[in-house]
Amino acid sequence: MPDPLLTLQGVHTHIGHYHILQGVDFEVPRGSFTVLLGRNGAGKTTTLRTIMGLWKASRGNIRFAGEDVTSRATPDIAASGIAYVPENMSVFSGLTVQENLILAARTGKIDAVRLEWIFSLFPALQRFFGLAAGTLSGGQKQMLAIARALIEPRDLILVDEPTKGLAPAIVGNMIRAFREVKNAGATVLLVEQNFMAARMLGDAVVVMDDGRIVHRGAMAELAADSALQQRLLGLHMEAHQ
Amino acid sequence: MFGRVLSGDYPRSPILTGALLLILFVLAFAPFLFTGAQPLNVAAKICVFILLVASYDLLLGYTGIVSFAHTMFFGIGGYGAAIALSRLGPSWAALALGIVAAIAVAGTLALLIGLFSLRVRAIFFAMITLAVATAFLVLASQLSGFTGGEDGLNYTVPELLRPSFRLFAEPIFGTIVNGRIVTYYIVFFIALAGFLLLLRVVNSPFGSVLQAIRENEFRAEALGYPVVVYRSFASVVSAVMAALAGILLALWLRYTGPDTTLSFAIMIDVLLMVVIGGMGTLYGAVIGATLMTIAESYLPAIMGSLGKVGAGIPFLSTLLSADRWLLWLGILFILSVYFFPTGIVGKLRAHWQNKRHGTAQRQDSSTPGDSGNTRPSN
Amino acid sequence: MTDGITEREETTVRAPAIDWIPILLVAAVALIALPLIGSFSTWVTLTMAALAMGMIIFIMASGLTLVFGLMDVINFGHGVFISVGAYMSLLVLRPLTGWVESPSIALNIAVLVLCILVAMAASGLFGLAFERVIIRPVYRQHLKQILVTMGGLIVIEQLLHVFFGGSPITIALPQTFRGGLALGPDIIVERYRLIAVVVGIIVFLAMMLVLNRTRIGLLVRAGVENPEMVEALGYRIRRLFVGVFAAGSALAGLGGVMWGFYQQTLTVGMGLQVLVLIFIVVIIGGLGSIGGCLIGSLLVALVANYTAFLEPKIALISNIALMLLVLMWRPQGLYPVVKV
Repeated sequence: MPDPLLTLQGVHTHIGHYHILQGVDFEVPRGSFTVLLGRNGAGKTTTLRTIMGLWKASRGNIRFAGEDVTSRATPDIAASGIAYVPENMSVFSGLTVQENLILAARTGKIDAVRLEWIFSLFPALQRFFGLAAGTLSGGQKQMLAIARALIEPRDLILVDEPTKGLAPAIVGNMIRAFREVKNAGATVLLVEQNFMAARMLGDAVVVMDDGRIVHRGAMAELAADSALQQRLLGLHMEAHQ
Repeated sequence: MFGRVLSGDYPRSPILTGALLLILFVLAFAPFLFTGAQPLNVAAKICVFILLVASYDLLLGYTGIVSFAHTMFFGIGGYGAAIALSRLGPSWAALALGIVAAIAVAGTLALLIGLFSLRVRAIFFAMITLAVATAFLVLASQLSGFTGGEDGLNYTVPELLRPSFRLFAEPIFGTIVNGRIVTYYIVFFIALAGFLLLLRVVNSPFGSVLQAIRENEFRAEALGYPVVVYRSFASVVSAVMAALAGILLALWLRYTGPDTTLSFAIMIDVLLMVVIGGMGTLYGAVIGATLMTIAESYLPAIMGSLGKVGAGIPFLSTLLSADRWLLWLGILFILSVYFFPTGIVGKLRAHWQNKRHGTAQRQDSSTPGDSGNTRPSN
Repeated sequence: MTDGITEREETTVRAPAIDWIPILLVAAVALIALPLIGSFSTWVTLTMAALAMGMIIFIMASGLTLVFGLMDVINFGHGVFISVGAYMSLLVLRPLTGWVESPSIALNIAVLVLCILVAMAASGLFGLAFERVIIRPVYRQHLKQILVTMGGLIVIEQLLHVFFGGSPITIALPQTFRGGLALGPDIIVERYRLIAVVVGIIVFLAMMLVLNRTRIGLLVRAGVENPEMVEALGYRIRRLFVGVFAAGSALAGLGGVMWGFYQQTLTVGMGLQVLVLIFIVVIIGGLGSIGGCLIGSLLVALVANYTAFLEPKIALISNIALMLLVLMWRPQGLYPVVKV
C-alpha cells in the first residue's frame, strides 16, 4: 500500500488556555477525496489550521508527502504543495478577482488553460474578472477562494465548509465543481457539515467529536448505514438530507 | 498594623525593604540631615516624583495602557495652584480654589480622553494622548496672558510656607524650622499619603480587575467587566494623583512653567523611572524616582569629569559629556524593557524568591494584586 | 435554473465604489475658508502652502500607516527617521555649497536629488537596523512596542546631538528655488512649495504604481487586509514587512529633507514634532489606508494653515478638534481598512 499523502499522528493543539485537539489521528490517501465531518466545535477547522501551521501543534506530528511538517512555518507548508480555502473565504476584497488569482499563482503567471477550466467551473468569475473581490456576492467569493486553490496544481487542497450559508442552487453548482476537481485527480480534504454534499463527493470519511476522531472509513459504508449516521452525526445532519 | 498601612502588599525582598526604609528615613528627616538648599530641593523633588511616577504606574504597569499625557495632568495641577495664587493673592482660600479646580479639570479631561480613545484600541490611546499633550503644551506657552507663556509664573505662597516664616522661635536639632521646612513636610506627607492610597487602590478588588483586563481584555469583557469604564476610571485616578503631584511641585518651587511640568523631557523621565524601577510594582516608582532624581542632580557633574577623560578623542568626549546622559539612559531603558520588564524591584523579588525556593510557599501567588512576576503585555 | 441563479447573483454586483465624501470634504474645507479669509490671493498662498505641507506630511506618514497595516506594529520611533533624513542632507549641502548657490537650475535640481538619495539610503538603512534591533523582539506586544520604539527615538535623537550638535542649523534653499513665482496679478506662490507639491505627487503616483501594478504591491495590499491568508498562499510576510519598513523609513527620510528645506532650519527634535501631526493624519485617514493617509494629510495641512492665519493661537488645537470630529463621524477613520 502506497504511503498516504497526509498523516496526522496524535496531534494536540492548544489555543490560549483551551485544549482543542486532543490527539487526532487520520490519514488522507493520495488521490482521495476525504471528508471531515463533525458537529460545530468538534475541532474540524482547528485541524485544518494546524495542518497549515496557522496554529502550532503542541504534541504529535503531521507528515505531508513523506516529510515532517509539524513545526514548519505556514509559508513553507503552503509552498510544499498544500492549498487552503479557509472557512470565511478570506478573499482579498480590495484586490480584483484577477489580482487575487495572480497572487495565488506563485509562479507569477496564470496558466491560460487552467484559467479556462476555472472559468468553465465558475462562469461568474470570468464576468467579474476585473472587479474588486469585495463587490462579489457571498457565493462568488467562495468560488474565488476555491479558484485560488485551483489556479496551479497542488498536491493537496484543504477546504473548510464551502457550502456554509449558500443557497441550495449554488451548493449544487459547488458540488458539480468539486466533482470536476475530483475527476481531475486532485487530493482533497473537505470539512463539511452538509451530509448530502459530503456523501456525493467523498470516498473516505473521518468523523470528529470533542477534539478526537470517532470514526474513520469509506463513505459508501457510512452512507449505507443510517444507524451509524444517527449515532455519529446526530439529528441535525439529517435535516440537510 | 503595618500590613494595613501597606494594604498587605509587602516589598517581599530584604534588600528592597532595606532600601525603602532608608529612603523613607532620609526623606522624613531630610531637613535635619543635610544643610544647604540643594539636598532639600532634591528630597522634595524625589517626593513629588514618587507620587507622579506611582500614579503613572497605575496606568502603565497595572492597567497596561501607555499614556503620553501624564505630564499634562502634572502641569494642570501646577498651573492650577500657580494661576490661583498669582491671580487671587497668596491666601489659603486661593490655593484651595486652585487645587479643587485643577483636580476637577484633570479628572474631567482624563475621563473624556479615556471614554473617547480607550473605546477604539489601546494603541489609539497612546497616539491620542501624545497629540493632546503636545497641543496642551503649545496652548500653555501661547496663552501668555493666562499662563505666563514660555516664562511661566512666579508667585507668592501663603505666609506659613514662606522662607521668612518661623514655626518655632528656637532651632530644633540645630535647624531653624522655617516656612521652607513646613512646605517640605507638606510635600512629604501628602506624597506619602498619596502613595499609600495608590497602594490601596491597586490591592483592592478594583485593582485586581484592572490587572485581569491587562492580562486578557476579552476574557475580562466576557466575564462582564466593562473594560472601558474600568480603564477610564484608572485613568482618572491616575490623572488626579498626577495633578496633586503638580500642586506639590508648584508649592515647593513657587514657580510653574512649561519646562518644569509639561515638557516632553519630563514625560520621558517618568517613563524611564517607572520602567527602570519596575512596572506594575508601585515600589518601583519609589526606587526609580529616587535613583533617577539623584542621578539627574549629581550625575552631570560626574559625567562632566568623565567627559574630560575622553577629551581629545573625537565623539567619545561628546558621547560621555554630561548633556548626553539621556543617550545612556535611553539604551538602559530599551534593555530594561527587553530583559527585565519588572525592573529593579522585580529583579530583587525574583532574587529573594530563588533564595528561599522550596523552603516557603510562593507568596506572590497567594497575594492578589501582585504582578512582580507577570510581565505586562497588551 | 442555474442561469436564473447566476443572473440574480449578477445583479448584486456593483462597480467598485470610491468613497467620495472625504475627498469632497477636502474641497469643502478649502472653499469654506475662502470667504473667511476674504482675500483671494491670500487664500491661494495659504492653500498652496497647505498643499506643499500636506504632500510632505503624506510622504512621511505613508510608511507608518503601511507598517501598521501589515504587521500591527506602531512605531513611535518613526519621527526620528525624519530627523535622520533631514540631517543627512547636510552631508550633501556642506560640500556642495557651490551647487546650492549656483544659478543653474540643473545643478540646483541635482543637489536636491542628491540630498534625497542620500537621505533615503541612510534612513532606509537605519530603518533596517531599527527593525532588527528594536522592533523584532517585541512583535505582537503593543505596550512594549510603544515603550521600546520611544526608547529608540530617544537614543537616535541623542546620537544626532553627538554628531551634529544640539543647536538648530539653518540651511539655504538652492538658488533658483528661492522666492516666489507670479501666477497672475497679486497671486504669488513660493517656488519651493510648488516643488514640494510636485515631489509629493511623484511619490504618490510612484506608490500607487507599485501598489497596483507590481506583485510586491499586490502582496502589500493583500497583507494589510489579511496577513494570515498571504502566508497561507505561501509568501513570507516577514520579509515583505521588513522591506516595507525600510521603504517607509526611507520615505520618512525623504520627507525629512523636504521638511527641512520647507522650514529652512534643522533641529534634532523636528521629527518628534512632526510625528504628532503624522499620528493625527493616520488616525484621521484610517490606520493602514494609503488613500486615507493622503486625504488626512491634506485636511490637516489645510486646517493648520487656515487657522494659523485666522487664529494663530489655536492652530495646533484645531488639528485635535479636526481629529475628534472625524472620529465622532467615522470612529475607524475616513477610510477604515477592512480587516479579516
